[in-house]
Amino acid sequence: MINTGEILQTMRMIQEENFDIRTITLGINLLDCSDPNPQRCAERIYEKICRVAQNLVHTGEDIETEFGIPIVNKRISVTPVSMIAQGDPLPIAIALDRAAAEVGVNFLGGYSALMHKGATDADERLLASIPEVLSTTNLLCSSVNVASTRAGINMNAVREMGLIIKETASRTADSDGLGCAKLVVFANAVEDNPFMAGAFCGIGEPECAINVGVSGPGVVKVALESVRGEPFDVVAETIKRTAFKITRVGQLVAKEASRRLNIPFGIVDLSLAPTPARGDSVAHILTEMGLEYAGAPGTTAALALLNDAVKKGGIMASNHVGGLSGAFIPVSEDIGMIEAVSAGALTLEKLESMTCVCSVGLDMIAIPGDTSAETISGIIADEAAIGMINNKTTAVRIIPAVGKKAGDRVEFGGLLGHAPVIPVNPFGNRSFIERGGRIPAPVHSMRN
Amino acid sequence: MKRFQLSEAFLFMTKALISVTGLDSTGIIARVATRLSEMNINILDITQTILGGYFTMLMVVDLDGAHLSFEEIDNELQPVRDELKMTIHMQRMDIFDAMHRI
Repeated sequence: MINTGEILQTMRMIQEENFDIRTITLGINLLDCSDPNPQRCAERIYEKICRVAQNLVHTGEDIETEFGIPIVNKRISVTPVSMIAQGDPLPIAIALDRAAAEVGVNFLGGYSALMHKGATDADERLLASIPEVLSTTNLLCSSVNVASTRAGINMNAVREMGLIIKETASRTADSDGLGCAKLVVFANAVEDNPFMAGAFCGIGEPECAINVGVSGPGVVKVALESVRGEPFDVVAETIKRTAFKITRVGQLVAKEASRRLNIPFGIVDLSLAPTPARGDSVAHILTEMGLEYAGAPGTTAALALLNDAVKKGGIMASNHVGGLSGAFIPVSEDIGMIEAVSAGALTLEKLESMTCVCSVGLDMIAIPGDTSAETISGIIADEAAIGMINNKTTAVRIIPAVGKKAGDRVEFGGLLGHAPVIPVNPFGNRSFIERGGRIPAPVHSMRN
Repeated sequence: MKRFQLSEAFLFMTKALISVTGLDSTGIIARVATRLSEMNINILDITQTILGGYFTMLMVVDLDGAHLSFEEIDNELQPVRDELKMTIHMQRMDIFDAMHRI
């Protein structure tokens, strides 16, 4: 029964290679809390979250203790607030933040609007409130879906998001624009994503569900150290085997949390999510493959292999796979990415090409504070176009560092990390962004 | 490798792995086993080696007889840790099965 080698391998993964479960995220439907009176709506939301999620954190901690695997975050995702808020969304934001603090979760996501085709009045009200909400709440995360493969790109929303990101950055300037770290602009947003800042409980989701996001780039890196110099066939196979093992633990934790909380199991998100800690970096997997830094020529190919092998290895390990599933490439949250930007090896343009093959998009990138709203909108439009055409989720979570220029540093602390400010292409695009309207859905959206 | 006859009761018991590591001394197994026995925890399997004076023991135990919570059992092992100056780590066996068995 005891296979010493296997047991020691598991223990080594956890104790030395930073293997952890990144998050147990409880999705909660709030549609039944909607009310024309914003205050009453807020009260119902507060009551429902506190009731449904009351055991989430201590159940997560119990599992952590018993199984000996760290579960770094416990989170909640809720129905996009613009669908619930019939009037002023501010009281709802305050209620969500209070409820998150009350049940003890690390983040609550879902201050969101889905406006890939167009905006409802509620979407507009929510958008206008984002800078204030993100600068006055602590645990709330916001996301806006501005494009989809089926609907095209809502360029009005893209234009507005440039302004909102600028405004949010300036309102949270004293914390290096931390508000923008809690705001993500999506194309093809997924409904069961457990990761922040983009988690929300989509309208196709059940009343509530347990979604689990795994992590473990350090484990993959260490596994690849044993196949140095081998051809890529061996590299891919090694990643698959490792991803399988990581995901099996995610599946175990998800099932156990679901059983103990009596809440249905939703999905396991097969992700490699880095942290700023050494030995927990996705970029270092790429360098282990033979690149001097992430960003060197070959990086996109290396990332494509990694992202695909993670999925292939993980898919068989869980009975329901979903979320964003793949390798994340945030800059400030990954020590190898930070090193690559500092060394000048990794540019915004290279990051953009990497997002064609990674699990999401441009993530946690600090840009100069004087970057214009149109430029940010242009970056969002480019990223949304990649998502729309390639039928994948893409996103922009970008932080204008107020008062700072390329080469300066920003510090967010904790899992959000720190980053050098990256230069942005200075050429103009105002007339392009001012057009507004919609970029039509691509031809391959016509699949029926 | 040893093979147990897999009875249904065996499959559904709450199994945990206890790892004991640290500098070797006399009576480690006896001390740990005694404490487990006092809590009515049955030992299902043991493997133990000494590498360069470093003691490593892995023990699979059945927690169901104990009528204590996981955390309480873990706390009960604290005096043994302090006395032997060993690292004693307990975790549910399921995580190893999940990772290494299809």
